[in-house]
Amino acid sequence: MLTTLGIIWVLLSQSYSFFSEVSISEFLTDKEWTPLFSQKHFGIMPLVTGTLLTTFIAICVALPMGLTIAVYLNEYAPKGIRKTVKPILEILAAVPTVVYGFFALVVVTPFLQSIIPGLSGFNALSPGIVMGIMIIPFISSLSEDALAAVPKTLREASYGMGATKLQTSFKVLIPAASSGIIASVILALARAIGETMIVAIAAGQQPRLTFDPTVPVETITTYIVQVSMGDVPHGSLEYKTIFAAGITLFALTFLLNNISFWINKRYQQKYE
Amino acid sequence: MNNLQRNKIRDKAFKYFGVTCTFFGIFILGVFLFGIINDGVSRINWDFLTNLPSYRPKRAGILTAWTGTLWIFGLTAIIAIPLGIAAAIYLEEYGKKSWFANLLEINITNLAGVPSIIYGILGLEIFVRLAGLGGSLLAGSFTLSLLILPVIIVATREALKAVPLTTRTASYALGATKWQTIWNLILPASLSSIITGIILALARAVGETAPLIVIGALAYVPFVAKTPMDEFTVMPIQIFNWISRPQHGFTINAAAAIIILLAFVFVMNGIAVYIRIKAKKKSH
Repeated sequence: MLTTLGIIWVLLSQSYSFFSEVSISEFLTDKEWTPLFSQKHFGIMPLVTGTLLTTFIAICVALPMGLTIAVYLNEYAPKGIRKTVKPILEILAAVPTVVYGFFALVVVTPFLQSIIPGLSGFNALSPGIVMGIMIIPFISSLSEDALAAVPKTLREASYGMGATKLQTSFKVLIPAASSGIIASVILALARAIGETMIVAIAAGQQPRLTFDPTVPVETITTYIVQVSMGDVPHGSLEYKTIFAAGITLFALTFLLNNISFWINKRYQQKYE
Repeated sequence: MNNLQRNKIRDKAFKYFGVTCTFFGIFILGVFLFGIINDGVSRINWDFLTNLPSYRPKRAGILTAWTGTLWIFGLTAIIAIPLGIAAAIYLEEYGKKSWFANLLEINITNLAGVPSIIYGILGLEIFVRLAGLGGSLLAGSFTLSLLILPVIIVATREALKAVPLTTRTASYALGATKWQTIWNLILPASLSSIITGIILALARAVGETAPLIVIGALAYVPFVAKTPMDEFTVMPIQIFNWISRPQHGFTINAAAAIIILLAFVFVMNGIAVYIRIKAKKKSH
């Protein structure tokens, strides 16, 4: 509890002094983010679009994969496979993120460059895909739990009507477990938005307002790392920018986590 | 071809698609591990473990990095374990159901979802600046403790919840106090689950990079830390630093360091899984 208060207090107090020097409207609408240059602009939008872009790519990878895995493990796979595969997939979530960053930069980017000519050495695509692989277990594990919680009677009624497993899964089970699945996706989203090291290593560190996945971008988290690694004097306006960036990030993930929690609560009541 | 056959074919197709997806994740993990081991394993030798960092890739070692990681690991364990267990016992056994308890619960769940870099910012302001610890091992450990506390608390509460009610009522019937019941019966009964949770949380702390960079852990530390107040670096930061350099030699170094870091994390996860399986067998 103290920690939350601490986070909110630190973020608010520091960003308050930031916003007393830079107006909120400039922060939200300026299209450039260059606090470290002599020509200073403080528009958070490039960082936000960078974050959303990598997150979007990650979800595009993780959602179909994760959901398919959940359905397969829950409906099709023999018990033995389910028991061995689940912990192995969960290893994907235990690997330190800096290792994924290495993977994105050294393996995935050169591979993608051989397919997509003109792909820059740092880009949003490669870390996005790797991030997607990282969050697969979040979606598959939690969605599987949600699917398993669907009452057996629903499943049997569907089979009784002559439906195949596939039809049962997509027309009966997934709608019935939708709130649990949505909650898991939102949790994975929050994780992807807050992910730091993969994008810091493989996305380049150039804030730009774009949705083009082939050029370098910078996310909110990367910017915080970038400032922390440089020699920015304590108390300066540049130093305070990381708190402003931090509060934006915190607000985003806090919102998502609460939505997920709320959906989950409602869902639990439904079946108990 | 009638509808029935088409549906059956679709069903089969999806089954194979599911198998493919499931094993794709495992396949990627395998390819990746193989690649890294291939790149880095020849670089691992005694000198690599005992050399200080250097600007020449062939002479650079990870002595400061792995000692720093061990320091962080130990200090974080000392700070986070007692706090986490105490908080969980209080919330689960003593806490009363009220709006405040409810708020606290939502809060802790929420904290577990806050990005780690935010904890870095918090640590930077509170431990590094206000408490005046500087970019020291102690500041780093406090920051990571905050990060893993919610995980430990949630895991411990789940473990305590799993102890059957009969154990408690039997103990009370014999005239034991609440604390005696908790200390002599409930904690021993839930110990293996608690330890599993703690190990997983600590494994996460060992792999964390971002919050430590934010509080000012350095990439280049030319000496081995001797006290908790020393400046430090850890394995993930060393790896990050090496990846960011253009020379190929450093990429190899990074791969080698990753092998050691992964070995450490996997062994911890393995121990946790082992304890969980063993405990499950015992209870059957």
